[in-house]
Amino acid sequence: MTPALSPQLTMPPLQCYLLLAAFLFSIGLAGVLVRRNAILVLIGVELMLNAANLNFIAFWRFGPHPEAMTGVLFVLFAIAVAAAEAAVGLALIIALHRHYQTVRLDRADTLRG
Amino acid sequence: MTLPFLIFLTLTALVLGGALAAMMLRDLIHSALALAVSLLGLAAVYLTLQAQFAGFAQVLVYVGAVAIVIVFAILLTRGSDPAGQPVFARGWPWGAAAAVAVFGVLAAGILRSPLAGTEPPAGVEAHAAEVGKHLMAEAVLPLEVTGLILTVALIGAAVIALREKVES
Repeated sequence: MTPALSPQLTMPPLQCYLLLAAFLFSIGLAGVLVRRNAILVLIGVELMLNAANLNFIAFWRFGPHPEAMTGVLFVLFAIAVAAAEAAVGLALIIALHRHYQTVRLDRADTLRG
Repeated sequence: MTLPFLIFLTLTALVLGGALAAMMLRDLIHSALALAVSLLGLAAVYLTLQAQFAGFAQVLVYVGAVAIVIVFAILLTRGSDPAGQPVFARGWPWGAAAAVAVFGVLAAGILRSPLAGTEPPAGVEAHAAEVGKHLMAEAVLPLEVTGLILTVALIGAAVIALREKVES
């Protein structure tokens, strides 16, 4: 395979992936800060976690030692921990719903000073 | 414009469009479906970066499990969010401004970084067999701890979501 025909050389540069991850993170952050519904806030957190995962994969692919697989391994563990976080978060939302009959964050303000 | 760049732009439109729709739609079910589309696009981006195993794990865990669990949570809490109420919180312009500011800082840092022109090394692929060898060699302790975390999260989620006993 000659270098000119190799698909790696025509890949989009690293900053395209990093900008995509930054935009995805900002959308998730905006959702967390802006939405009233607790489930939508959790979806925003998931989007932010996925943006971080995309950064890990991009840096692994463009980094100097891809054979060490550090980025891929970290993403696998991050996906597992994010799945645990989603399960516990949604269980908390269901408990909140049972207790207050609402999932709106502006109504569940018992701890508010 | 080369084919990989065209694919990247298509997937970017899918990921960002899905994420924006998930955050802006009024109907929660539509939001969950838009989230699934966005995460599926992200899995395709992982595949274009030769991280096959991470891409398929993303499809299995996020598009498969997490999206379904979110849909279940939406159905179980249905009726608590009456129609006609505002979707966005009171101070939402501040939240949106903060998100735009964060994106501005990140984008400025990325565009001015000396890493921007890095060429990817050729012939890199994360085969499942390679990933498995690394998982069983130097990452075996984190793997076991992850299993423990998942067990604890499973039990904890079940306990939290259980029906509370009424004290009489």
